[in-house]
Amino acid sequence: MTDPVLSVRNISKSFGALKASDEVSIGLLPGEIHALIGPNGAGKSTLISQIAGGLRPDSGTVEFLGQDVTTLGTAARARMGLARSFQVSSVVPDFTVLQNVVLAVQGATGHWMGFLRPVMKATGLTEAAINFIDQVGLTGRYTIHAADLAHGERRKLEIAMALALSPKAFLLDEPMAGLGVEGTGEMTKLLDQLRHKAPILLVEHDMDAVFKLADRISVLVYGRVIATGSVDEIRTNSEVQRAYLGEEAVL
Amino acid sequence: MTLIIEQLLNGLQLGVMLFLMAAGLTLVFGVMGLINLAHGSLYMVGAFACAAVATATGSFWLGVIASLAAAAAAGAIVELVVIRRLYSRDHLDQVLATFALILVFSEGTRWLFGSFPLFLDVPAAFSGPVTLPGGIEYSRYRLAIIAAGLLIAVGLYALITKTRLGIRIRAGESDREMIAALGVDISKLYTIVFALGAALAGFAGALVGAIQSVQVGMGEPVLILAFVVVVIGGIGSVKGAFVGALLVGMTDTLGRFLLPVFFGTFMDPSSATSVGSALASMSIYILMALVLVAKPSGLYGDAI
Amino acid sequence: MLRERILNFVFAFGLLAVPLIAYVSDAPFVITLATKVAILALAGVGLNIALGLGGLISLGHAAFFGIGGYAMGILASHAQSYTLLTTWPFEIAGTKSMLIIWVVALASSGLAALIIGALSLRTSGAYFIMITLAFGQMLFFFAISWPAYGGEDGLPIYLRNGFPGLNTLDPIQFFTITYVILGLALFLSSRLSKSRFGLALQATRQNPERVEAVGMRPFNIRLTAFLISGMITGLAGALFADLNRFVSPSMFSWQTSGEIMVFVILGGVGRLYGPVAGAALFILLEHWLGGINDYWQFLLGLILLGVVLFARGGLIGTLVGREVAHD
Repeated sequence: MTDPVLSVRNISKSFGALKASDEVSIGLLPGEIHALIGPNGAGKSTLISQIAGGLRPDSGTVEFLGQDVTTLGTAARARMGLARSFQVSSVVPDFTVLQNVVLAVQGATGHWMGFLRPVMKATGLTEAAINFIDQVGLTGRYTIHAADLAHGERRKLEIAMALALSPKAFLLDEPMAGLGVEGTGEMTKLLDQLRHKAPILLVEHDMDAVFKLADRISVLVYGRVIATGSVDEIRTNSEVQRAYLGEEAVL
Repeated sequence: MTLIIEQLLNGLQLGVMLFLMAAGLTLVFGVMGLINLAHGSLYMVGAFACAAVATATGSFWLGVIASLAAAAAAGAIVELVVIRRLYSRDHLDQVLATFALILVFSEGTRWLFGSFPLFLDVPAAFSGPVTLPGGIEYSRYRLAIIAAGLLIAVGLYALITKTRLGIRIRAGESDREMIAALGVDISKLYTIVFALGAALAGFAGALVGAIQSVQVGMGEPVLILAFVVVVIGGIGSVKGAFVGALLVGMTDTLGRFLLPVFFGTFMDPSSATSVGSALASMSIYILMALVLVAKPSGLYGDAI
Repeated sequence: MLRERILNFVFAFGLLAVPLIAYVSDAPFVITLATKVAILALAGVGLNIALGLGGLISLGHAAFFGIGGYAMGILASHAQSYTLLTTWPFEIAGTKSMLIIWVVALASSGLAALIIGALSLRTSGAYFIMITLAFGQMLFFFAISWPAYGGEDGLPIYLRNGFPGLNTLDPIQFFTITYVILGLALFLSSRLSKSRFGLALQATRQNPERVEAVGMRPFNIRLTAFLISGMITGLAGALFADLNRFVSPSMFSWQTSGEIMVFVILGGVGRLYGPVAGAALFILLEHWLGGINDYWQFLLGLILLGVVLFARGGLIGTLVGREVAHD
């Protein structure tokens, strides 16, 4: 068995009386898509924040590439290759597609202290960026402003920015949200290719997509992981059905 | 010892006046999300109204009533004409427009009243000193200011926690759409809150006007102090404004009194005075910096 | 984009042409006015880096303007009284050399920007505005209560400081110095906005969360912007003090901060030449309205209100139209 790329060990986080994460442990193995599902309010966003570095857990550790990153900030984790997308797509609206990805390419190196040379004329950066844009299927859309992109295209732009980080793991927060049937199909195909670059921790509500893509699924309910297993194991797990699908579903 | 108690009372007096300013600022920010640089102008309006009416009628009390009315009216007019166009704008537009309002108010007042300061006498009933328990003599008027300020603080607390208006104000702070959905006339509520804040500022201007001179530009130094109060207390929190105001009032007053004395213990008197007073002039800002390091969102503020 | 370039050229050329014509027609007062525009525009160029590119609404840039001014005042006053600035840890004498004064002004305003920035940037939004305003006021009161350099009365400097090979007391020569520095600052500002740093800063203004998620820390980027911004405004302060041959605490006042911001916004936030247009317009208004009415700031206030409520792009924005500078 290979070592996990990303491993969350017993993290807990409370907001007042609310336990948003309760001794959560999750691992992400090389090459896999690991889906994280759970009803609204189960603590998925809080968990993602703690993995990405926006929130510090009250206890427990986050390990990435065999290194304890619990105390590292978001930016440092990103430079290590932890690439994320946001639940509500998050790009720089007034920038062009190319500028957005160039921003990510320069961020990956941590080298933003250039003050005089025009960044968009640095061919090393722009060529790399164009390559990532092409990979997600936005070829030819380089000079469109991000604000003018269609919703699905903006999702793809986020993936291109994630690719620019030389990702060692993807952290994708509901990449299908708001996409139509066609968009979801395209995104499913894209994610299926992405897994060859780096494993994906996928938070997703679209169960068809999850069942199609995921190698393993973890179910989060009230801040606890109640089950982890293959698609079939989760489908047939009665505890999951009770907690997640509601009592009727069991009957 | 007597001197220290006197200084403590002076600090308290400055603190309650700052509270009257800061309460309006923090309410307006909390409810409408507006940063209002022209709040100091309303303080000045109150002081000028009080001085003008008191001079004309010979009655300080009519002056105080005039200050409340003038500041509330100025606040309501400004809200209706200018401020309500700014709620949906970003902070930069708000800063610029309210900066412009300062120019209009200040130069307008200079136009009407001239550049010379007006003087407002302490009402006869409150002139002279009063003997406190323990034989300490203290200005009767300043003591009255403290009492008035504390009374208003209590009244404001009751208004916000006990009355329907207060419930609406608090609802407006937490969820604007919700309160509109409940059928509350939100633009009327905003005008009322703004006028209330203005009246508090105008009242403070009138009371302080009797111990300092009434002149154009008197509002802005107080406004900036009130900003320090709001930063320390946390934006949107009236309780924070109260605690912050007392902290700032005490720190400033005691700093001016104690720092020169402190430096005098190991320096010659003249340099002790200059070093001490220079440091004292910065003391509240240093206090603000310390609070920022420890709690960037202020003592009673939400996380930013 | 093209119209803005043409306008920029008009402003740059106009600011050069006016004093040259004044020189030929022997109107030194006009040259001085143009010098004032160049210096105030320089202060605005500084603020525009924080405000326009970085979205950092600093109402405390008078702090840096004043520090630059006092750097000049303190050094020159020691030089004119032949006293040492300090004897410990080693002897430092004053100077009448502009070049040295500029270096000191840049360094001291930069240091202040680092400290004020590091504290203020822990917050954002309305807090940031109030805190920068408060720190400016702190230095104002410090300057008033510190008696060694004139206190409330300020500090006169009898002779303008020297620049190798030039007679700085000749208005047109001093103007040339300020014009060249303004040009350099505009060049720097234009290059900055297109650089790696500029890209990161503009992205941070729009979406700091995203910037962090691609590996850069918004705090560091903003602090760097604040530092550069403060230093340029500090240099403008040193020049302003040299223009007036006088420094006073009023350079630190909140009005000064407000006016620097007004230059930027009158001209157009984030526009390269916005501060030049804004400062020129401000000085012209001061001159014209001041001639009509003693209470010209009343009218200025009304005009400003009109700009904010109805002409949000400022002068350049209005002339160019609604297109936003991308590229």
